[in-house]
Amino acid sequence: MIAAVRCSIAALATLAAAPAHAHLVETGFGAFYDGLAHVAVTPADLLVVVAVALLAGQRGSRAARLALFALPLAWLAGGLVGARWQGLAAWPLWTTLTFAAAGGLVAANARLHDAGVAALAVVAGALHGLVNGATMAPGGATPLALAGAVTAVFCATAILAAEVSALPAGWPRMVVRVAGSWIAAAGLLMLGWLLRT
Amino acid sequence: MIVVAHHGVLWRVVGVAALALIPALALAHEESGQAAGFLAGLSHPVSGLDHVLAMISVGLWGAVLGAPAIWVLPVAFPLVMALGGLAGLLGIPVPGVEVGIAVSAIVLGAMVLLEARPPLWLAAAIVAFFAIFHGHAHGRELPAGASALLYSLGFVVATGLLHAAGIALGVAHKWAVGRHAVRVAGGGVALAGLFFLWRAIA
Repeated sequence: MIAAVRCSIAALATLAAAPAHAHLVETGFGAFYDGLAHVAVTPADLLVVVAVALLAGQRGSRAARLALFALPLAWLAGGLVGARWQGLAAWPLWTTLTFAAAGGLVAANARLHDAGVAALAVVAGALHGLVNGATMAPGGATPLALAGAVTAVFCATAILAAEVSALPAGWPRMVVRVAGSWIAAAGLLMLGWLLRT
Repeated sequence: MIVVAHHGVLWRVVGVAALALIPALALAHEESGQAAGFLAGLSHPVSGLDHVLAMISVGLWGAVLGAPAIWVLPVAFPLVMALGGLAGLLGIPVPGVEVGIAVSAIVLGAMVLLEARPPLWLAAAIVAFFAIFHGHAHGRELPAGASALLYSLGFVVATGLLHAAGIALGVAHKWAVGRHAVRVAGGGVALAGLFFLWRAIA
């Protein structure tokens, strides 16, 4: 009888179990650094930051300055919206498309206008931030964690875009285009995986 | 009576176990199998000699052709290869994949051997054409549990590094002795391609 009661309680407990939510990377340094590390260990986020930063750097210092603020701010806005409406989390196709497209533009050395680079940065930042906010919030992430993620985006964009914009013509610029083609190719393959499943 | 009671408990235990098997809504965001995926992708292209030789010969041919082909070919190849992989993942058939890979080694090796200098668009078209076969054959072999994105990235990076190796070897083309060595290497790739072709057809 006691065993039956225990089993019944266990069954009820199983039924009442909370869904398995995401948890942030635990750096041990607090929420801010957890958010910062989150970007570093999420390949899709990292790739879009790299691709947008390379593109911005390719297009010169003015485009790089615009992207430097457009990407993190859009990321923050998207993150806040995502944290509020968490049903917007599952957009892997769109996030993959953003970094694949950005990588393709880098590979093609596309002569985008500064506003075009900024617009791409806003779209990419908003989409990835939205997914970030929607997936981090259920794991108990505080706005501080989102601030950490945005800081990571800002720092990575600043370093990469500055480096690329200062590169001389010739081989170094070609290496940037090759990197863009690799990102675009990985994105295309990932699209295949997503469409197949 | 005791047996009946035990059966009741047993059924409840089975019920609990069955409930435990029903997965709760998984919202986990951290991707799993990242290291495994990247390493699998990185090692996959170098596990097949046909792919390795063809990729190196792309770099060698680029080095022989010089700028701008030296960078156009390595930029074009991964993109078109990914399109081939995309076709494979979507179930779009490409006929004669293994034959195409073998022929790629023959043609690219021969181009290096003969120091062929077609117009840039034709060189890019030749490389892109063969890239489809390589992508279709190799881009979709994801190990279970591995991160698809990092596998894809590793695969592309390894292919690109093989191009870079070919370009680095091709730098020797600047010197008289190195030029012969590069041509001999191209001939070796073409011969290996013939072997792969024989194996694919036989």
